[in-house]
Amino acid sequence: MTRQQTNRLAKIAISLVAALVVLPIVLVISYVVYNGIGVISWEFLFTAPRNGMREGGIWPALLGTVFLTFGTAIAAFPLAIATAIYLAEYAGDNRLTRWVRLAIVNLAGIPSIVYGLFGLGAFVLFLKLGTSIVAGSLTLGLMTLPVVISTAEEALLAVPQEFRTVSLSLGATRWQTIRHQVLPHALPGIITGIILGLGRAAGETAPILFTVAAFYLPELPRSIFDQTMALPYHLYVISTQVPGMPLSLQYGTALVLLLVVLSLTLVATVLRTRMRRRRQW
Amino acid sequence: MSQNASPVIAIEHLSFTFPDNTAALKDVTLDIAPNEIFVIFGPSRSGKSTLLRLLNRLSDLNEGAKRQGRVFFNGRDIFAPSVDVTELRRRLSMVFAIPTPLPGSIFDNLAYGLRMAGIRDAQLIERRITRALEQAALWDEVKDRLNSSAFALSGGQKQRLCLARSLAMEPDVILLDNPTSGLDPLSTATVEDSLIELKSRYTIIMVPHSVQQAARVADRAAFLMGGELIEAGTGRQMFANPKDKRTEDYVVGRFG
Repeated sequence: MTRQQTNRLAKIAISLVAALVVLPIVLVISYVVYNGIGVISWEFLFTAPRNGMREGGIWPALLGTVFLTFGTAIAAFPLAIATAIYLAEYAGDNRLTRWVRLAIVNLAGIPSIVYGLFGLGAFVLFLKLGTSIVAGSLTLGLMTLPVVISTAEEALLAVPQEFRTVSLSLGATRWQTIRHQVLPHALPGIITGIILGLGRAAGETAPILFTVAAFYLPELPRSIFDQTMALPYHLYVISTQVPGMPLSLQYGTALVLLLVVLSLTLVATVLRTRMRRRRQW
Repeated sequence: MSQNASPVIAIEHLSFTFPDNTAALKDVTLDIAPNEIFVIFGPSRSGKSTLLRLLNRLSDLNEGAKRQGRVFFNGRDIFAPSVDVTELRRRLSMVFAIPTPLPGSIFDNLAYGLRMAGIRDAQLIERRITRALEQAALWDEVKDRLNSSAFALSGGQKQRLCLARSLAMEPDVILLDNPTSGLDPLSTATVEDSLIELKSRYTIIMVPHSVQQAARVADRAAFLMGGELIEAGTGRQMFANPKDKRTEDYVVGRFG
């Protein structure tokens, strides 16, 4: 074989392998859509399950996941922003930042079931929040912190250094500089990171298992201190714990969960693309 | 004003060492008089920009660097703990080598420093901006599009915008770090003309683009090499008849 032939062959082989990566995603989605699309209806989306969950809809679980997603955003946002600003704008390379960075890396590596147990111990029992939306949101928030902090820090560091220098040289304080010249330009990137984190949180089962998720609770939560059903856990329950469960309802639930998570990712991606296009420097 | 007036800036035995132990400035002592164009020139890495950035304490951003010696601005030690560094930077306003508009409109750029200083009076801001643009010889070119993006300006216009942005602060001293580095000869001439106009109202300290530029604009000049002050004097003396052999070699272009 000549060098050119080898070259061409290598390119074809590598392209094929790359294409293989797309395949499972397409297969999973189309399989779930094919099996689940039949049950999707207003009734399925917006009514409570009936007859031991073998009939009816998923409304309490869907709404619960929406509540938990918002709760997670509220829990993670302030902590993540403050940490990222500290790391990117205030701290140099000192002992505290090294500890904080080490903590973030390790937070990212903790299995989600451990978050669930930690949430049970810390929020449900120790802080006496009970099995509740607050406890679940805090647990999920904690779990999403690493990804949100790292994307936020990246977004802050992507703002050109000159903007800070110029702002300071014009007599702005450190905080004014961050507030007016850094945060506005980093915000889309930070929000993208948060939405990506939420996408992961919305699909997780283990962290909500002991902290918020209800096995079967047809009425909706009345306050943030109530339990709620949630889509991932509901899917787990109807797939493994309910005998005689129609398969179509399981796939319908999986499809809705998939759509919730994918739409969050999609929003994040669109936001990021638009932000890159609007950037002036 | 006379050259005998008390100095605006008095630099006394100033040394500056970066965290990696390279000495950027070694025991520099200089006086800068009001309403003069004082040029700090020398080969690259001679400490010119470092000296400039010490005067408005942008050097504070160099974490872990060591400073010795003192700098007095109108008789006050600028490194004293009681000094409000934001106020200092308003009094000594800096223009950088690369034109650096901030994202936003031309107007926003000019108003930024004033707004950050807590000025809310829209009319006052507008008056200051108009005057600054006139002084920087930019008013005629941008008066009809103050609300368009500052990034849409040409290189020369951007640099005059940065000059105007400093002037809007109504500082006492303008620090110019090679303000014509990226500019064509025509824009350079415009900026130099503005500077000569401006020295009746401001003290100007400038790191020049070239020896030729230094000779064109300097009332007085200081020659730095390897962080040491080799010689300082009037422009005429420094560029026509330097005392030190090293200054002469540099001025006539034997090294650079």
